[in-house]
Amino acid sequence: MSGRVLSAGEGSSTRARIALALFFAALAIAPFLVGDFLLSVLVIILYFAFVGQAWNLMMGYAGQLSLGHALYVGIGAYASAALFVHFGIPPLIGALPAMALAALVGASIGLLAFRFRIGGVYFALLTIAFAEFTRILVSHIGWLGATEGFFLPIENRTDIDLVALRGPPHMFYYIFLVLTGAALLAIRRIMDSRLGYYWLAIREDETAAEAAGINIFRYKMIAVMISAGMTALAGIVTAFYYNNLFPTDVFGIHRSIEIILAPIVGGLGTLFGPIVGAFVLGILGEGLTIVLDQAGIATAGVKHLVYAVFLFLIVRFLPGGLWPWLAARLGLDRDWRA
Amino acid sequence: MSDTPLLTVRRLRKSFRGLLAVDAVTFDVAAGSITAMIGPNGAGKTTTFNLIAGVMAPDDGEILLDGQRLNGLRPDQICHAGIGRTFQIVRPFPKLSVLDNVLVGALRDGSSVRQARRAALDVLDLLGLAGEAGKPAASLTLPERKRLEVARALATGPRLLLLDEVMAGLRPSETDRLVETFRDLNRQTGVTILLIEHVMRAVMALSDVVHVINTGRLIAAGPPDAVVSDPAVLECYLGEDTEI
Repeated sequence: MSGRVLSAGEGSSTRARIALALFFAALAIAPFLVGDFLLSVLVIILYFAFVGQAWNLMMGYAGQLSLGHALYVGIGAYASAALFVHFGIPPLIGALPAMALAALVGASIGLLAFRFRIGGVYFALLTIAFAEFTRILVSHIGWLGATEGFFLPIENRTDIDLVALRGPPHMFYYIFLVLTGAALLAIRRIMDSRLGYYWLAIREDETAAEAAGINIFRYKMIAVMISAGMTALAGIVTAFYYNNLFPTDVFGIHRSIEIILAPIVGGLGTLFGPIVGAFVLGILGEGLTIVLDQAGIATAGVKHLVYAVFLFLIVRFLPGGLWPWLAARLGLDRDWRA
Repeated sequence: MSDTPLLTVRRLRKSFRGLLAVDAVTFDVAAGSITAMIGPNGAGKTTTFNLIAGVMAPDDGEILLDGQRLNGLRPDQICHAGIGRTFQIVRPFPKLSVLDNVLVGALRDGSSVRQARRAALDVLDLLGLAGEAGKPAASLTLPERKRLEVARALATGPRLLLLDEVMAGLRPSETDRLVETFRDLNRQTGVTILLIEHVMRAVMALSDVVHVINTGRLIAAGPPDAVVSDPAVLECYLGEDTEI
């Protein structure tokens, strides 16, 4: 994870701003240029970019390792879907209680861990335990479809209804694009504020941070709650995009691991790392599928093997992630690398 | 320097599983003074510091800062009450810049990042670290890290500065430089300093009052010259042949 060497706000180059504007402009017109398949890939990429940002906020900036973030995706998804199916509450409104519930669960984990000074891997184990516990719990709740799954009524609509989150795939694409862009701006702002500096201090050394006057319990709780709420928001959108929810598929540990890959590959504790990581991994994953299909190597597992080798190479040779390396190559100043 | 105590420690006691680390220690630190605490390793100096700084709670006794009881407060609350501390083993925020390290200390309720940055630059100037502001803290030398440690504590705006062996590992010339820095700090800002120190060269040059602790007890207190000729101190700590 790269810290910021220059104080934020100094020397943000115009070059970087233009590159960023072009990147988002290209993404804004992408749905007009790509087919259905590529669009669905892009939706997944942006989903991982956004939840990666949420996870990175907690781990990359505040230094709290969560290996159970699928929990918050699931809470957002199940809560908003249940409110819609059982009470007819549209997800635009249901999003509020759903996100609040996720933040509350995040706060309970934080309360347990931080009160008793449980940190590092033990905190990570606690997050896994909560996700697993919730998976088993939901599997037994008939009201949420239990193991048979919870289904939203499928409507193939071409018009866009943002209140009910009903519409064509490109609507979901734009929702995730806006969320990713908004998160980028919001996190940049936070990291220029007192809250951001406090998180970095806590990440670097909790004891020293406390001696410098920081209420570490409070600021770690804030990090967990914001991260959980953001992640739940992604869960809400995916629930209405896929229309079906299965406990194992939603809360499973593999889902939590997927979430952390993009920020790690892209660069922990960097603003653009999660986005860069999501695109690289998404393109690599889908590209591999296509290349292997064409080559006739349809053997199951080959894709995962190549993927694993790639991850290994990144962690081994670019432990700071792709983005700081890439930003240096692009001649962006340090402020943009972080 | 006045006679009014800024810090009052009364019958402070702390034991670790039967080992009495601090045994009914009582002392005052006069407002505006530079007070040293010396004693052999394991005497209970750092434990006393940790009790004052809120890292652990005393079993018994009382700690008052300007009349305000500090017992049971967390380290961050004690920092806000007006006590800044350094750590015996330096704890910089390694990946943050030198400036940001100090900026974190300078941030407090109602202050903006911009104000904190300005305050941090002033403190860096005071400690001769202004030239290193943009470097990551991890790249500093040990003497620079010690200064950074002091700078971060000082940026919190303390009335009392606790220095835990900041001279250890420094060359004599660096020690003298740091002694000068603390003298200037004390004179210019009026900050009261309580230091734990083994480097007698620094203790003699800096302190108005020296407290000697051995096996958890305060065994002597007074001006440096008087304390170093005290037979009890010579026996337990300095050695009978010590020449200062």
